[in-house]
Amino acid sequence: MAFTRNNSRAPPWALVTPALAWTLLFFVLPFIAMGLSSLTAHEGGAFTLANYSQFFTDPSYWRAMVNSLEVTGTVTIVSILLAYPFAWILAEMVPQRWQRLALMLAVLPFWTSYVVRSYSWLLVLAQNGVVNRALTGIGLIGEPLQLANTRFATVTGFVHFFVMLLTLTIFANLKQLSPSYRKAAADLGAGPIRTFLHVVLPLTLPGIMVGAFLTFVLCIGDYITPQILGGNNELVMPQLVMMQIGRRGDFPLASALSIILMAVVTIAYLTCARWLKIERA
Amino acid sequence: MTVNARTPLSTLKSHLSAACAAAALLIAAGGAQAADLNALIWCDHSDPALLQPFEEANNVKVNVKEFEGTGAGLAIVDQSQPGDWDVMVIDSIDVPRGVEKGLFEPLPEDKLPFADLFAEVKMDKSTIVDGKRYGITEKFGYNTIGFNKTKVDPADMQSLASLTSDKYKGKVAIYDYYLPVIGMAALAIGKKTADLTEADLPALKAEILKMKANAKLVGEVTASQTALATGEVDILVGGGEWVTAGLAKENPALDFSIPKEGAVLWSQSLAMFKDSRNKDMALKFIQYIMSPEGQARLATSSCYWGMPANKKAALTDEQKNILRFDEQPGFLARAQAYPAPNADLDKKMQDMWTEMLQAQ
Repeated sequence: MAFTRNNSRAPPWALVTPALAWTLLFFVLPFIAMGLSSLTAHEGGAFTLANYSQFFTDPSYWRAMVNSLEVTGTVTIVSILLAYPFAWILAEMVPQRWQRLALMLAVLPFWTSYVVRSYSWLLVLAQNGVVNRALTGIGLIGEPLQLANTRFATVTGFVHFFVMLLTLTIFANLKQLSPSYRKAAADLGAGPIRTFLHVVLPLTLPGIMVGAFLTFVLCIGDYITPQILGGNNELVMPQLVMMQIGRRGDFPLASALSIILMAVVTIAYLTCARWLKIERA
Repeated sequence: MTVNARTPLSTLKSHLSAACAAAALLIAAGGAQAADLNALIWCDHSDPALLQPFEEANNVKVNVKEFEGTGAGLAIVDQSQPGDWDVMVIDSIDVPRGVEKGLFEPLPEDKLPFADLFAEVKMDKSTIVDGKRYGITEKFGYNTIGFNKTKVDPADMQSLASLTSDKYKGKVAIYDYYLPVIGMAALAIGKKTADLTEADLPALKAEILKMKANAKLVGEVTASQTALATGEVDILVGGGEWVTAGLAKENPALDFSIPKEGAVLWSQSLAMFKDSRNKDMALKFIQYIMSPEGQARLATSSCYWGMPANKKAALTDEQKNILRFDEQPGFLARAQAYPAPNADLDKKMQDMWTEMLQAQ
C-alpha cells in the first residue's frame, strides 16, 4: 500500500481555532465576566472600586494574602528540598530497570482522592493520632502536641502532595542531562560537590522552577487542604473567597479577591518565566 | 419588593455571565428533565431512605442538587433557566430573600399540615411576606453547646460562660457559621438575638474573640463533628442535636445542653418555585416531606439529624429519646431566633467573623 502525502491545505488559523475557541469560551469570557463583576456593588450593581479597597484597607483581608504567601512559600521550599534528593536517588542510584516501578510508587499519593488524603492526615496528626501516640509511647513527650488544625498540618498535607510533583519534574530534568557534562567537569578537576553546585544544579534549575511554579500556583489557589487541616485558625485567600459566596452570595467581592490572587500568580509567573522552558543543548 | 437599577456595566456583566452559563449548559445538556422533580436541597434530603418512598409512590424521579449557604443556592438559581427547579430547601430566615428575587410561589396553607407544627417554629416573620406564605418549616434544632459528657462536667454546660473559661481552654471547637455563633455570643452578653444592631458589634466581637482564644479549631459541619467525635475537642460551640443525635449509637457520650442563657434556634424551610413546570408534583413532594412518615425520615437522615417540625412525626421511642422530643417545649421556650440582619449588618457581621478567624 502506497502512502500518500496529505495535501489538505487547511489554513494555519483553522488549526488553532479549536484551541482559541476553547480558551475564549472557558478562560477569556469568564475572566472578563469576573473582572466586570469585581467592579460592581453587591447591592444594586453600580460601578465601584470598593471591593478592591476592602482588600487593601481591611487588615484581616490582606492578612489572608500574607498567610497564603507564607504557606505557599514554605511548601514550595520544603518540597524542593525534599524532592531534589529523592529525584537524584531515583535518577542516579536506582538501577534503570527499577526506575519505572520506583516512579510509580513515588506518584502513588496522586492516586488517592485529595479530600480523603487530607482527612487521613487529620487523623494521623490528631491528638489521639498515630504521631502523638508514637511520641508519647516512646516517652519523647508527656502530653500530646497540637499538630492537627495548625499551619504545620496544612504545610504537611501540601508537602506530601507536591514533593511528588517536584520529584517528577526534577527527575525528568536529571534524566535529560547528558553524562558528558559531569565527565567534562571531572576532566577539568572538579570534585563531586563542585560539579553538582556549578554544573548539575544550574542545568536542572529549569526542572526545579517548573515544579516550583506549578507548586506555587496549585498551592496558593487550594481551598481544601487549609480548610480541612488548618482548622480555620487562620484564613488563606481561597477560603476568604469562598466565605463571600457561602451565605451572602457576594460574587463581586469574591471576584475582586480572585483577581488579586491571579495578579499574584502572574507576578510569580513573570519571576519564573526565564526558567519555565526545559531546553537542553 | 425591591427592583435593582441596571447599569451599563452590570448589563455587560450579565450578558457575559449568560454567555458563560450558556457554554456550560451546552456541555451539561441532557441533565435534569422537566418531567422529573428537580430539587435544590441540603444534604439531609439526598438520603435514599427519604426519597425512594416518594419516587415509588408517585412514579417520579427526584433530581437533587446539594448546596451549602443561601448565597450559593441562589447563585445556582441565577445561572439556571426559569422552570429548571421545582422546590428548594432554604434557611427559614432567608425565605424573604427568595421572595424578593421573585422566585417563590405562595404555598396553599389549606393543603399543608400547619396545625400540626410546633407553634414556635412556624417562623411567620420570615415565611410570610405581604400576607402570603412562601415557606414551610420542615426541620429545626439548636445551635448551642455540644459536648462529651464523659470529658466535661455537664453542670458547666448549663452556662455559656464555660465556653470562655480557662477550665476548657484548648478543649473547644467552634462551628464555622457566623450567624448562629454570633447569636450565642449575644445570648452570653445578655442581648436578644432579634434586637442586634451595629452598636452591639464591639461587645459581640469581644465575646467571639474570647471564644476563639479558648478554641482549638473553627470547623465546618464535618470538621467540627469529627473533632468532637474523635476526642480532639470536648465541646462544640454551636453544636446541638444535629451533631450528637446521629452519632448517639456509636458514641452515646455525646450530648447537648440548652444553657440557662438560652440557645439559638435554627430552622430550615421548603419553598416552591414560581416558575416550576411541575407544581402539582412539587406540592406533593412538600406534602410528603411534611407528612408524619416523611418527617421521621427527614429527622433521622443519614447526613444529619434534627427535630421534625411536625409534632406528629412517626418517630420510634428510641429516636424521640435521642432527639429529646419530649423536652422540646422547654427548649423552645428558652431558644431565641437566628439573628436575621439586614444586608449591611450581615456584611459587618461576616467581616467581624473574618477578623475573629484571623486573630492569633
